[in-house]
Amino acid sequence: MSQVVEKSKASRPRKPDVSAERWLRMYRQMARIREFEEKVNELYTSALMPGLAHLYIGQEAVAVGTCEALRQDDYITSTHRGHGHCLAKGASVDRMFAELLGKEAGYCRGKGGSMHIADPESGNLGANAIVGGSAGIATGAALSAKRRGTGQVVACFFGEGALGQGVLYEVMNLAQLWKLPVIYVCENNLYGEYTHYTEVAAGELTARPKAFGIQTDTVDGQRVQSVYEKMTGLVERARDGEGPAFLLCNTYRYRGHHVGDIDRSYYRTKEEEQEWMARRDPLRLLADWLIDQGRGDQETLAQIHTEAKAEIEAGADFALNAPYPQVSEVDRHVYA
Amino acid sequence: MSTPSTNSREVTFGEAIREALVEEMRRDPNVIIMGEDVAEAGTPFKVLSGLVEEFGTERVIDTPISEAGFTGLAVGAAMTGMRPVVDIMFGDFLALTMDQVANQAAKVHYMSGGKLSVPLVIRTTMGASRRSAAQHSQSLHAWLSHIPGLKVVLPSTPYDAKGLLKTAVRDDNPVAFFEDKMMYKLRGQAPAGDYIIPFGVADIKREGTDITVVATSSMVHVALGAARLLEEIGISAEVIDPRTTVPLDTQTIIESARKTSRAIVVDEGYEGYGVTAEIASVIADGAFYYLDAPVKRMGAMHVPVPFSPPLEDSTIPTQVSVAEMAKTLCGKV
Repeated sequence: MSQVVEKSKASRPRKPDVSAERWLRMYRQMARIREFEEKVNELYTSALMPGLAHLYIGQEAVAVGTCEALRQDDYITSTHRGHGHCLAKGASVDRMFAELLGKEAGYCRGKGGSMHIADPESGNLGANAIVGGSAGIATGAALSAKRRGTGQVVACFFGEGALGQGVLYEVMNLAQLWKLPVIYVCENNLYGEYTHYTEVAAGELTARPKAFGIQTDTVDGQRVQSVYEKMTGLVERARDGEGPAFLLCNTYRYRGHHVGDIDRSYYRTKEEEQEWMARRDPLRLLADWLIDQGRGDQETLAQIHTEAKAEIEAGADFALNAPYPQVSEVDRHVYA
Repeated sequence: MSTPSTNSREVTFGEAIREALVEEMRRDPNVIIMGEDVAEAGTPFKVLSGLVEEFGTERVIDTPISEAGFTGLAVGAAMTGMRPVVDIMFGDFLALTMDQVANQAAKVHYMSGGKLSVPLVIRTTMGASRRSAAQHSQSLHAWLSHIPGLKVVLPSTPYDAKGLLKTAVRDDNPVAFFEDKMMYKLRGQAPAGDYIIPFGVADIKREGTDITVVATSSMVHVALGAARLLEEIGISAEVIDPRTTVPLDTQTIIESARKTSRAIVVDEGYEGYGVTAEIASVIADGAFYYLDAPVKRMGAMHVPVPFSPPLEDSTIPTQVSVAEMAKTLCGKV
């Protein structure tokens, strides 16, 4: 592998020519994620959902902009805050809710839950509850894609907290050595659990991938247009055999680390939260832009929200009424 | 004891492992090898010598010294169509891979409700008495045997090594394959061509009537040596090699203990909370009313493996110590 000389491509990706329909689809996807997560919050606080819930609200543009740049057969790996990634890659709402409630109709027959949704049919190799835990899997899927010659690309989602995990650096080194088609999508939402990232990360975040010679870019993670456009270029480059990339997406987690993280005053201010929600909301930013550009109108966008809400309600109803797995299921799938 | 019928000739334990890999790589282009100095160097033990010449660096892949990283890559590659065989040079280095092995590889199939699988082999070494001290001498197969989702293989002969490794490569689960590094030069009969040995089938290495010695890996040879010593004083020992700790052939073990009415379990892992404890409990549970003596366990002493030769030698069971224990259980002291 190390002895393979890669062809070098001189052409750089151009800005994608994006239709209004595509932007509206991205808006719809972000709206679905927002509504989904609001419903998760409601189910959780009504004691209808067991376990843990880490909401993605505020970060929708990262998942949607990234996955919109991928093919159906491209892979993603996700995190404990992964509902948005799964939906953006193509999971359906009803089976997502069913998994979150531990029902047999869920994507993993209820055995994974919120932090472990996997859906190979949409290219989702699984959410991972170990911080940085999917970095190896994502990079290995890229090795596999390269070896099998399928042209598939892998997007590896993780939060800035994963930059504290050593295995990430081991696999980035390997990815660059072997020119593997993997994009490390780092969502800097400013907080790892209850700690601001500047308290735990020395130096510039982007200096780390750059040290391996990895193509490294930074985008405004609240602007889906920026994420999509940058990601499109990085995906094209990876598909052409030019190797991995690291995309730092600056974003914000509107809610707590998990649903039960209510009092956040000891690590951030209400004013900070209000500032992001009022001025940096990814849905509003895209809506304003679409209207300004004449690519959408208030009515269309309102209609999208109405439809998303209806889909979410139907999906949650389906899951609430779905049966649990039989207890005899418990020792199935330990071994293949 | 099972013996090959055709094409059999003498090979070393290391050669048997190399043959298994060569044959599997010829059979299935998705089988790749990854590890430190596996290609041109053929590993420090030279077990993989010659593979890179036949299969190239695309399939025999040298990695940086990043056990967690390349094991993680192997998990992802296995989930997406490859059948990686990872080389962890010393079993002690498994500690570096544990998140990838225990939290990722072992759980992917279950957590995904059976939709994803991880056909991965982790070859690694075990065994003390090489004067390599505490970080290059441990036998850590109990760790992996503890985790649901992993299979664990401990071959004791060239014949078993080849047949079990071929089964491991074809298995759709993560399999940890432990090779005692002191056995690479051990010679024995094995067929030249294809054969496989199913997991979960113990092998009776020696038949006997007075006492059962269940032993794994190199401890099988310790047990066989003890059996020869015991024979001289009229004690007939049966030696059972489980060959895989997961799955474990409890039936063969229990039947033997019921027959002989006495049992010792010998394993080179640490004795405390180890493989010997698990197998002893299987015997106690399944053969209790047939036993004439308590089941005894003999494992590695609960100390970091020391460097100094006389100290190191005192930490692991020997044929003499096993024979002495057997004599005590049989009332021949």
